[in-house]
Amino acid sequence: MDDFYRDYILDHYRNPRNYGHLERPDAQAEDLNPLCGDTIHMELEVAGDGTIRDVRFSGKGCAISQASASMLTESVKGMKLEDVARLSKDVVLENIGIGISPTRMKCAMLGLRVLKSAAIGELAAWPDEE
Amino acid sequence: MTQTLHSLELDPKLAAIVADFPILARPTSRGKRLVYLDSAATSQKPRAVIDALVEYYEGYNANIHRGVYEIAERATAAYEAARVKLAHFINAGVSEVVWVRNTTEAVNLVAYTWGSQNVRRGDAILVTELEHHSDLVPWQALATRTGARLRFIPANPRGELILDDLDRLLDGCKIVAIGHVSNTLGTIAPLERVIARAHQAGAVVLVDGAQAAPHFRVDVKALDADFYAFSGHKMLGPTGIGVLYGKHAILETMPPFDYGGDMIARVEYRGATFAEPPRRFEAGTANIADAIAFGVAVEYLENVGMDWIRAHERELTAYALDRLEQFEPRGLEIYGPRDPNLSSGVISFNFADIHAHDLASILDTEGVCIRAGHHCTMPLMDKMGWSATARASFYLYNSHADIDALAGGLEKAGRVFGV
Repeated sequence: MDDFYRDYILDHYRNPRNYGHLERPDAQAEDLNPLCGDTIHMELEVAGDGTIRDVRFSGKGCAISQASASMLTESVKGMKLEDVARLSKDVVLENIGIGISPTRMKCAMLGLRVLKSAAIGELAAWPDEE
Repeated sequence: MTQTLHSLELDPKLAAIVADFPILARPTSRGKRLVYLDSAATSQKPRAVIDALVEYYEGYNANIHRGVYEIAERATAAYEAARVKLAHFINAGVSEVVWVRNTTEAVNLVAYTWGSQNVRRGDAILVTELEHHSDLVPWQALATRTGARLRFIPANPRGELILDDLDRLLDGCKIVAIGHVSNTLGTIAPLERVIARAHQAGAVVLVDGAQAAPHFRVDVKALDADFYAFSGHKMLGPTGIGVLYGKHAILETMPPFDYGGDMIARVEYRGATFAEPPRRFEAGTANIADAIAFGVAVEYLENVGMDWIRAHERELTAYALDRLEQFEPRGLEIYGPRDPNLSSGVISFNFADIHAHDLASILDTEGVCIRAGHHCTMPLMDKMGWSATARASFYLYNSHADIDALAGGLEKAGRVFGV
């Protein structure tokens, strides 16, 4: 955890990308991390061909949860919903880099769980438990 | 440079105490000195308590109250001697000390036995807004089960209980459940006043003493508490053991909690009669080793002196408030009473927009252990508008050097987050 809070994580925490709400979301979901009290809310705008046209997230919580969600929103525009539904925890680990302790893993995974929940229309499993 | 215990330059009494706790001599995986500021979650254990556990299992492990062979007699004697030590520690009668697993179980025991028997539809149960979940949720369940109403003594933004409306809140009240010390804010409750008024109104009082009994002298007779509950692991004892004190006259009226061996007097196939208190409430094989070790923990505390511990923590709290206040211009907010005489060794705070868990993770890299989160007081966090707080808590083995390490860690967090 020593270098965990690298510049890019703090950058995403302080200047979250795609933060806010869509005018007419086609799909949305929300969840919280009981350890930290982090909340993440994700909204998706889906094109006719089933790809994600736009995404917004909002929430409150620790730097890991908010930065992780922010980074995620940057990678999913243009992705097909079914591919989003199949995303594994690896995409989060690649974004965040190494060094998350097991206790903080849920903080990092919350955004992905909410994103997948929005994509499939019901609460998804925790990505680190799949 | 890794700070060692030797370099701390502690005064002789404190140095001797610190040396008694083996875990404090072990550096963290990063080679940092372990700076343990989370005794409100659980306390560290002195060598004597650890040795007592080993001695029991190596020397005289046997089931109690039954065997007539030597080690069974010795185990029984040690177990009952521990009960006597706990009784003396809180100025209770020996038959008024019930062994439980922890404070939570003690509260549940009272809610299920005394509560089910005495609380009816329309009665009031009075708790406070500062309560730990363990002294709130059992009463919610009792209220739901019986149709009683749950009421709250409110707290102000500084975490002090507001007693202005107490008489109205006590109207029709059967039981008051109140924390002696708030585990989130450190507030010491005005027990004398609450207990006196509760008794005048015809209510009994259960005190959650989990954060109090470890830190200052508790005299249940002087308090006139009807029930007093506390846990061994928060006061140098092992996990899995605690005490419920109950006035003998009340315990006598209570039905059993768990049913089974040891809590009976006589059993036939179709019925049983039950033992006198306290054993009426102690079913099955007891947590023998941990009860004995809890007795040793209490002896250790008596030797150090509860007054010394209270004075030591009061001084540490004052020093900590002083050091934390230096960060206030950069956005550090301290919660709870600022007067160290009104609080007991717990300080909750937030530092600018750094989430408490991020703060705790950075402090961890410096060997500093604090707690972050809701501290099992979710409704209090919601009421105060906090998503989480950081919490530092002190005990007899903490020193100025520990608080300096906390301040150093906050400095590092401030640098990382640019505050």
